[in-house]
This record gives sequence, structure tokens and C-alpha cells, in this order.
Amino acid sequence: MNHHYKFILRLADNGLINSQRLTEWTGHGPFLEEDLALTNIALDILGRSKMLLEHAAKLSGLENVSEDTLAYFRNEREFLNTKLVEQPNGDYAQTIVKQVMVDYFDLLHYTELCKSSDEVLAGIAAKTVKEVTYHYRHTSSWVTRFGLGTEESNQRAQAALNELWRFSGELFFTDETEKFAEENGIGVNINASKDKWTKTITTLFEEANLKIPADAFMQDGGKNGLHTEHLGYLLAEMQSLAKAHPEAKW
Amino acid sequence: MSDTQGPMWEVFLQKKAGQPFVHCGNLHAFDKEMALQNARDLYTRRMEGTAIWVVKSEHIVASSPEDQGAFFEPANDKIFRHPTFYQVPDIIKHM
Amino acid sequence: METYNFENIFEGKLAKNEMIEPKDWMPENYRKHLIRQISQHAHSEIVGMLPEGNWITRAPSLRSKLVLLAKVQDEGGHGLYLYTAAESLGTSRDEMLDALHTGKAKYSSIFNYPTLTWADVAAIGWLVDGAAIMNQVMLQRTSYGPYSRAMIRICKEESFHQRQGYEAMTRLAFGTPAQKEMAQDALNRFWFPTLMMFGPPDAESPNSDNAVKWRIKRETNDELRQRFVNQTVPQIEYLGLDFPTNSGIKWNETRKEYDFSEPNWVEFKNVIHGNGPCNKERLQARNTAHKNGEWVRAAATAFAKRQEEKREAA
Repeated sequence: MNHHYKFILRLADNGLINSQRLTEWTGHGPFLEEDLALTNIALDILGRSKMLLEHAAKLSGLENVSEDTLAYFRNEREFLNTKLVEQPNGDYAQTIVKQVMVDYFDLLHYTELCKSSDEVLAGIAAKTVKEVTYHYRHTSSWVTRFGLGTEESNQRAQAALNELWRFSGELFFTDETEKFAEENGIGVNINASKDKWTKTITTLFEEANLKIPADAFMQDGGKNGLHTEHLGYLLAEMQSLAKAHPEAKW
Repeated sequence: MSDTQGPMWEVFLQKKAGQPFVHCGNLHAFDKEMALQNARDLYTRRMEGTAIWVVKSEHIVASSPEDQGAFFEPANDKIFRHPTFYQVPDIIKHM
Repeated sequence: METYNFENIFEGKLAKNEMIEPKDWMPENYRKHLIRQISQHAHSEIVGMLPEGNWITRAPSLRSKLVLLAKVQDEGGHGLYLYTAAESLGTSRDEMLDALHTGKAKYSSIFNYPTLTWADVAAIGWLVDGAAIMNQVMLQRTSYGPYSRAMIRICKEESFHQRQGYEAMTRLAFGTPAQKEMAQDALNRFWFPTLMMFGPPDAESPNSDNAVKWRIKRETNDELRQRFVNQTVPQIEYLGLDFPTNSGIKWNETRKEYDFSEPNWVEFKNVIHGNGPCNKERLQARNTAHKNGEWVRAAATAFAKRQEEKREAA
């Protein structure tokens, strides 16, 4: 697998699996307005992932590969998303805590990717920055409401943070793929943004009376296809119909 | 009431800069920031606007139908407020 | 001092095709009828998110997933416009939701049928939205201002839904044999429930009289149903699908319209009274979402109060 392809695939898969989880809320949100708001976020992320997968399909160097074959006909070990985004939705606090970490990471990452030498990626990044700026505004305002709302909402948000924080480190995981991307101007050194991410996210949570777990061991592996057990079920559901009719067009 | 859907808000949209803000509907939101975000998510999904005002419905002061005569009919005979009331020679342009 | 005869003013406005606005005087029956009709309509949009939403996570292509997601979201938006229109008549969203959750309120019977296959999602877009649009187009000219404005906005947004459904159906009907079979099966199952959406036959419809007089409704159930059949038959033919099982569709040269079999009105009554295949599941889903959202709403309420207090203290 060439590094350029793999780099784009990691971005695409992270969005695809993230949006797949978010869409589970559609029609089941905590109240109508928020149901629509979260669905808007899911739509943005899914739309972006579709474009990234189209781009990845071209970079794959393989014939008969499209965004749909990449989404629907790869198995668990071939998906390169972080473990964070495949975690189950849990309650709304878990969904928001997960999303706010992803949103702020994406905001920093895609801001840098606007400068990518890969023009397709740079174009997608420019569009994405506008979207995730809003996503972060939305999810961060919910962190504040939960943290400072009721005792119950504070506890739920804290529980979510305790559960999910250990997956946040993988957002910054890099290996030779990122290194290749950085050296060729396709990607950036995401670790240069790590301090900013940590500082902003920590401040957000602390101002909402929420504590970042100390000394958490950070999980990784997702970006190389080593996932939590949740991903298999997610894919089984997402791919079931497409896989049942491999020759069909929809 | 212990569990509610939050207060009602009025939403006004400006289609583009320079145009008036026009009332486009309502929504529920618990605070100002949420009202603004909900208005964006609900009323601008198809690029209907570029600026938003939201105001809590309870802050709207409205005339009532019984006021209609007293409020609006007196304007009927103030035709001197309209430019067509005045005669200007045809030869004068740009007025 | 001038005294107003409110009833005369109201009737006068209706006669002149003028709109009734929230603060205008209106007969209690008119208000009640509207609250019932608009809230039922809103509930239908919200419950209607569920059968199609059932397939979002399994949509078979990224394009179809995006489109379905946007569509289901639109339905939520439509429910929201309608709830606020009903609220302008003096009810609250809490009251309306309570009526829905306790099973007191009605909503369109069609959403109590299950979406068993992907083709059902296409059939809903094509047939159910097609039927709904006929009602909705008529309701743009309804006499109550906020309802009319909501319907105008809804119709504008809805126009893509039916086309999306028919496009999806086309892909199935002209796809693999398995896809075509799926399409035929969905048409068979959704045909009669769709015809039921227009309501009972005029002779048995209890609410039609006043509704037409008040311009809350402008055409009768049977008129709309016939028009729907007339416009849908050629669409079935184009797809190369058989007419639905027992549909009795046949061109009537004298009437220049299609004859068709009546739906099973006993089944209709059963569904309306809670015994459709999915009534329990739909209500359960709405109740669960509402209950799971309770602490979220409580947190938002508490936070808003805290902000107010802070502002007052400042």
C-alpha cells in the first residue's frame, strides 16, 4: 500500500466511521432541534469522507476501486480509522465528549492540510475547516452545558471523559506514512499541534468543572487496522446490504 | 414544569448583506448560543441566509387585531407621505 | 365605542380568501380542529423519521446514505415547523409530545408499517411522499397563516423527496433480478397503505365538512386519492413493474380515469387504533428517545438559568 494512499485512507476512514456512529442518533436525539443539529454534523463529515474515499480510490493504483468498494468491501483489518471514532455512542455525553475531541483535532489538522501539495486534499481541507469550525463550536458549547448544568450531567460528562480520554492520544499517532506525507508536503507534522490541542481541550473541560484523567495509558493501533471489537459490528451493519448484492448498483 | 423543550424563539434571516432581516420561523432553544446555532441548523440548510437574528418570543411586542383600525387606517389619508403626491415638471430628472 | 362582531369578521376573512393570524379571533372549533390537524401532521413527520431512518446505517452506497440522511433530517425540520405553527394556537410542544408519547395523539397510519428492505425506503419516497405532497400542496393555501407558511416552506423542501424515491426505485427496477424483485415486493406492500393515507372514503369521513368550509382542507379524500392513482399508474408502468397485487387498477374509458380497488378499511381502523405491525415499536422509539434526552434538557435548562443569574448579578 503506497503511503500517499494510506494517508488519505486514514483521513477518510476516520470520517466515515465517525459519521456512521453519529447517524445512529438521527431520529433519536435528545430533542428535535439537537437531533437536526447533530445530523448536520454527520452530513458534513460523511460528505467529506466520500470525497476523500474518491480521492483514495484514484491513488490506490487498483482497478475497479471506487469510494463505495472502499467503504463497503473492506474488512475490519483494512480500516484505518482511530479507535476513538468507532467507540459506541453511549449516552449523549459520551457522544459529545468524543465528538469535541475529534472536532478540535480536525480543526487543527485540516487547517494545516489546506497547505497540502496534494491539491485535491487541500481543496477538501479548505471546505472542511469551515465545517469543523462550526462543529467544534456546537460540541464545545455542549461540554460547557453538561459540565456546568446539573450534577447528573456533570457526572455523565466526567464518566465519558474517563472512558474515552485513553483513545485521544491516537489522534496524534504517526508512523512512516505520516512521515512520508510530511516529507512530500502532502501532510503536516500533526504533533506540532498537540500542545495546542491539549491546552485548548484541557481548558474547555476544566472550565466546565471536568477533570482530564491523570496518567491515562493511551491506546493506539486503529490507524494500522488493529481495532477494538466494536468496529466489526459497526461494519457488519453498514456493509450488510451492499455485500449481499455485490453486483448491484444503487 | 420539570421537563420542557425550552423556550420558543423567533428567527430572522438576512439573505445577503444590505437586505432587511425577514422573519422566517420559530424554534426552541434553552439559551442564546443554542438558539443561534439551532437557527443556523434549521433555517439555513439550503443557503437561505448569511446572517441571523434570534429573539425570545416572549420579548416580542405585537399589535393586536383590534388595534388595526386605530393603528393603520389613519395612514390611509396621508397621501402626502408618498412621492407621487407631488407634481414635478417632466423636464426635471433624477427626482 | 365600536363593538366588533368577531364571528362576522372571521367569516368575512374566510370569504375573501384572507388569512387568519394567531392573534385574530377564531371559533373554538376552528382552533381545536387546527391544533389537532397540525399536531397530527407534525407527529407524522417525526414518527416518519423512524421507518426510513431504519436504513440510514445500512444504506448501500455513500451517495444513497447522504441523500437518505438529508431527507430524514428534512422530515425532522418539517415536524419542527409544524409544531411551532400549532404552538401559535395556544398549545405547547410539551403538551403535544405528551399526547404522542402516551398514545393519545394520532399520526399517519403509513408509518406503522415496517421497512423490511431497502426498496421500502425507495417506495416510501416515491409513493408515500408523493401522496403526502398532494395534501401538502393543497394546504399551502389553507386559511391559517402560520400553517400555510409552514406548508409553503415544507413543499419547497419536499420537492426533492419524491424524486429521490423514484430515482432509487428506478435503479432497483432496472437493476439485478434480486433488486427488481425487491422493488416489486415493496410496491405490493406499500400500495394499499399509501391509498389509506388520504383518509376514509368521503361518505364516512367525520372531519371533512368543517375542514373544507374553513379552508383547512380544500379537496376531499376521494378526490385526492383518485388523482394520486391517476398520476402513479404511468410511473409504475415506466418501471416495468406489475400493478400491485389485488390493486384492481384498470383504465375506465368512460370516466377517463383509472378504476382501483378500495383498501381494506378494517385494516386501516386497526392500524389507527394501535394494532398496526409497528405501532408499539414506533411509540417505544419516541418514548425512549424522549426519556434518554431528559437529563440533557435538564442540563440545558440549568445552564441557561445559571447564565441568566450571572447576567443579573453583573
